[in-house]
Amino acid sequence: MFELLGITPQSLVAQLLIGLINGSFYALLSLGLAVIFGLLNVINFTHGAQYMLGAMLTWIGLNELGNWLGIEDGFQISYFVMLLIAPLLVGAFSIVLEKTMLKRLYHLDHLYGLLLTFGCALVIEGLFRHWYGVLGESYPVPEMLEGGLRVSGLYLPYYRLWVVALALIVCFGTWYFIERTKLGSMLRAGTENPKLLQAFGVNVPLMITLTYGAGCALAAFAGVLAAPIYQVTAVMGSNLIIVVFAVVVIGGMGSIAGSIVTGLALGVIEGLTKVFYPEASSVSIFVIMILVLLFKPAGLFGKVR
Amino acid sequence: MKKTMIAKLVAASLVAGLGTAQAAGVSDNEVRIGVLTDLSGIYSAIEGPGAVVAAKMAVKDFGGKVLGKKIVVTSADTQSKADLAGSKAREMFEKDKVDLITGNVSTASALAAMEVADQKGKISIVTGAASLPITNEKCHATNIHYVYDTYALSRGTGKAVVDSGKKTWFFVTADYAFGHTLERDTTEVINASGGKVLGSVKHPISTQDFSSFMAQAQASGAQVIGLANAGGDTIGSVKQAAELGIMGSKQTVVPLLMFISDVQALGLKATAGMNFTVGWYWDFNDNNRKFAQRFMKEFGGKAPTSVQAGVYSSTMQYLKAIEATKTDDAAAVMKHLKSINIDDGLFKGKIREDGKFEHDMYLLQVKAPNESKNKNDVAKVVKVIAAKDATLPLSESKCKLVKK
Repeated sequence: MFELLGITPQSLVAQLLIGLINGSFYALLSLGLAVIFGLLNVINFTHGAQYMLGAMLTWIGLNELGNWLGIEDGFQISYFVMLLIAPLLVGAFSIVLEKTMLKRLYHLDHLYGLLLTFGCALVIEGLFRHWYGVLGESYPVPEMLEGGLRVSGLYLPYYRLWVVALALIVCFGTWYFIERTKLGSMLRAGTENPKLLQAFGVNVPLMITLTYGAGCALAAFAGVLAAPIYQVTAVMGSNLIIVVFAVVVIGGMGSIAGSIVTGLALGVIEGLTKVFYPEASSVSIFVIMILVLLFKPAGLFGKVR
Repeated sequence: MKKTMIAKLVAASLVAGLGTAQAAGVSDNEVRIGVLTDLSGIYSAIEGPGAVVAAKMAVKDFGGKVLGKKIVVTSADTQSKADLAGSKAREMFEKDKVDLITGNVSTASALAAMEVADQKGKISIVTGAASLPITNEKCHATNIHYVYDTYALSRGTGKAVVDSGKKTWFFVTADYAFGHTLERDTTEVINASGGKVLGSVKHPISTQDFSSFMAQAQASGAQVIGLANAGGDTIGSVKQAAELGIMGSKQTVVPLLMFISDVQALGLKATAGMNFTVGWYWDFNDNNRKFAQRFMKEFGGKAPTSVQAGVYSSTMQYLKAIEATKTDDAAAVMKHLKSINIDDGLFKGKIREDGKFEHDMYLLQVKAPNESKNKNDVAKVVKVIAAKDATLPLSESKCKLVKK
């Protein structure tokens, strides 16, 4: 059978794994989008820019910060520290964005939030393109995670395994928090009926602000993970965001578990397209999106509202 | 019947009259140069804003005036998209009344702009795009291909690698005109030297993740993985090849089109030892270095790419031709440009009847991190490829302008 497909079993496994790795990026990013949409009803187009900011901050921490602060002898913030700091910084930045701008649009249609966040994304990306150009900067794989495993002709870089493991942990943790904890149940209640929840003495506006910050921090976290794999550029997010939106649509807008599962599955499907019909690899996800929209408009895991 | 004949005669004489009116002096009282390039998209580091700087430097060095008329430089952004390139070219000719369009990075964009220039009877100079058809199947009487083409790249890098004894190849190719031509031209060189192409994979332009394609190349077992892509795609390919442990293995990754800007973005650690072919390199001789120093002052300390140097040189040649012919009429200027030997210290050669500027090419090798003195010092010239070896012989040309 493998001869028929023109590919050896090893390389098929390798391709599936690569697909899974890309899928874990899709899952992390679409998870953030799903959380924000599910709880705030905002279609957050800044997500790609926030992902890029995560990667950019990581690069700046390693290469530029020392110069800016005027500290000689190569002052650097390492990758692992940035894995914590970058999401916090981007989360804080996003909270400012929410407090000053997004908040004013909640009583309007989704479309206004989408336009505002899209505009913000263009501005942020434009600034970074102006500062760092389109080719961007290279970020090295942290020394501890260099190299890889060689299993019967398969080469698995340690770093990629690290990414998959970390992404899965974070995805599952987020799902557990929202679906299985008390605080999570309050968040969900807030989306159903914010006025009633407020009557119980819960500070709903604060909850919404923090949720937005956390969703965006997830994007930045994915950005830090991506920095050593992809070139760190101003446009790295805008390349990805459209695909991620397709993932969210396929999974069902606002469905947490749906976004994780679809993210991983679509990564694998895209990976297989790259083997069997590479020319179509950039459109395969969108073909699926169209089919899902036609036959199950609420998405595979979504509920009709 | 008779009426139409008369009408045609009248029209012909009017056109002829118009022709002579234009032939003397400068149209619209100004010489306008349009830099049509990718100012913000994937190829903006290769040509982009640096090309606008280069064109302005040329105008300044020329004295700002030709035949007593002011020289104006305008620019427009194609984002490397063909539809945008076509409409911007039209806008430049119709609204800005430019006499020349230069730049034109990315094959599809260049072909679109060339088409418009041809319709308007104006000159286009292609510095950024690489495909051979620009002066072959798709050649135009008023077009010049100035810096390099896929033929030169395949004869430069491709041949050097095959000659070093690496015979089996696998291509990772950008799925559009440029990638296809580069793969085809390099395949010719490989087959002619007794090598073999084991396979190829075509990826969409601006792909984010190349690991799947690189893993396929790895599995092919080919000695050489040839990258027939450019800019961000080349960077992604090299980066993920390194990650998959291809660098330092028995397989070699060979970027068939690379610019110093790509090397700078990837860093010397990832690229040390790689060969690539260019039409010009800033650190080759004193003239080049002198120009590069002046360019760096204008452009934030960045050394010019071959393409940006080409924009400077070609703009200069264009202005000199206007001065020599006493007109900015496209046909007269083109005739002059194709008749002279060009040697401005940066480029030396001759523009052929098909519009190809035939000059020497340079095979570069990326320096090791400890050899490099500063961020612009990325490569050394290991071989000068003679003009005749780097250019498609006219006898094999498919250009309609070539008389056989």
